[in-house]
Amino acid sequence: MIKVEHLDVVYGHKENRNYVVRDVSFSVAKGETLGIVGESGCGKSTVLRSLAGIEQGWTGSIEMDGHPIGKSRSRDELKLSQMVFQDPYGSLHPRHRIGTALAEPIHAMGLGDGWSNVPTALKQVGLPEIFASRFPHELSGGQRQRVAIARALTLSPQILLLDEPTSALDVSIQAEILNLLCDLRDERGLTFVLVSHDLAVIAHMCDRVLVMQNGGFVDELSKNDLRAGTTHADYSRQLFETSFL
Amino acid sequence: MSQAHDHAITIRPPGIGTRVVSSLHRFVKKLADEPLGMAGFIVLAVLVIVAILAPWLAPYDPSIQSLENALKPPSLVHLAGTDEFGRDILSRLIYGTRITIQTVLSISVIVGPIGLLIGIIAGFTGGRTDAILMRATDIVLSFPALILALSLAAALGAGLNTAIIAISLTAWPPIARLARAEALVVRNADYVAAARLYGASPLRILLFYIAPMCIPSVIVRLTLNMAGIILTAASLGFLGLGAQPPAPEWGAMISSGRKFMLDYWWVAVMPGIAILLTSLAFNIVGDTLRDLLDPRHARS
Repeated sequence: MIKVEHLDVVYGHKENRNYVVRDVSFSVAKGETLGIVGESGCGKSTVLRSLAGIEQGWTGSIEMDGHPIGKSRSRDELKLSQMVFQDPYGSLHPRHRIGTALAEPIHAMGLGDGWSNVPTALKQVGLPEIFASRFPHELSGGQRQRVAIARALTLSPQILLLDEPTSALDVSIQAEILNLLCDLRDERGLTFVLVSHDLAVIAHMCDRVLVMQNGGFVDELSKNDLRAGTTHADYSRQLFETSFL
Repeated sequence: MSQAHDHAITIRPPGIGTRVVSSLHRFVKKLADEPLGMAGFIVLAVLVIVAILAPWLAPYDPSIQSLENALKPPSLVHLAGTDEFGRDILSRLIYGTRITIQTVLSISVIVGPIGLLIGIIAGFTGGRTDAILMRATDIVLSFPALILALSLAAALGAGLNTAIIAISLTAWPPIARLARAEALVVRNADYVAAARLYGASPLRILLFYIAPMCIPSVIVRLTLNMAGIILTAASLGFLGLGAQPPAPEWGAMISSGRKFMLDYWWVAVMPGIAILLTSLAFNIVGDTLRDLLDPRHARS
């Protein structure tokens, strides 16, 4: 579904060149959930933002659904993947009603006004229809994140890119959102790429985990590895020991 | 079960009417907690009503002279006294609200959209466009407003319209800078990134995502500017470059009253009070709007 080869993201010029992501290659199968873990600043969010198309300073090749993806994307390419952001307080426009936010993707794509889609979009993330006329500030963090997920799904993307979707939420809400994501994945056969530094979240969601350090991958763990706690590199062992203590 | 379907709510985008009504409702509710702001709004409302109803409210015609009544002190017959031509000052003040409101409104209507548009385009596009637009803004910003207005009035001929054009020319840069600063913050927000991901065009992002976030602070700034605009317009009138006699412009009235200031104080003081109250009301309203519209200034 996704194939990334030799992805580099470099900031700065000449002497100040700073590799944020260095020669990263990976692929994700259809219906698979890939996790990317690592400490703050290791470049995991940058990989995700390059996949989404927000970060445009990358070199290398990205393939989605068998087609190479350029830096500026056509509407069809945009429809392939959508992203859920970390901060549910920043990812919804404060002056747009929930209904507007959910109708916007379809409207912006030029596929009609999108309002007929709003009730189903709300229902599939477990929110009542009357929320359509509310503003984001009238919702809790978990509810907002549900709206953000619903919005990401309105264009029926095959790939959902999740940038720490639960780290801004309360622990009890985290589980709800993760279960919602799992249900949606199974229902629609979605492919997930999940970035997180919370290993519990990763272990709950992912089929395969890549461990990232200083802009490159240092380890790859399968679901069985995660259960058994086996690691193949020093860094991932350290990471796991500190997080499970 | 079928009944539930029958009563299913159809969800439609709220019409412009209901949107305006609901946001006005929220606004008035918040305003009720601000007695000072309420007072400012009431003063402005009274001012607008007076301007509209001037012919019915004014006890005398503002430009009819009667020299035997010249320079009468305030009394029951002439509540604010009369000027050197025997014209009733109160009537002139009442008609003067029309000129003031007209000046303030037309300048705001010209300056607000221009400043907002230049600011958000500069902030959103960045790069060379930003540099060009902002240098142009800096150049205009470095003009002394009153002097430029003076030279324009001298070039185009004195009059109310010239004053309006002259003040508008120098009043947009602060608003453009403000809008740019807001746009710079908003363009990096996640919801703008999300909008890019679902294919919203740059124009749509600019007008539908960025502009709504910049409008409140622009409105606040405009309202606070109105006090300054009134003073500038009055200064131009005082210098004889604004509205021309016999138009009852407040600044021009002070200017003519200046000659009799010591013996007949009311001729200059009455329009002075009118200017003071109006600009004070605009300042208070601007302050209140900032508290209401801008969450960063929220009171604890």
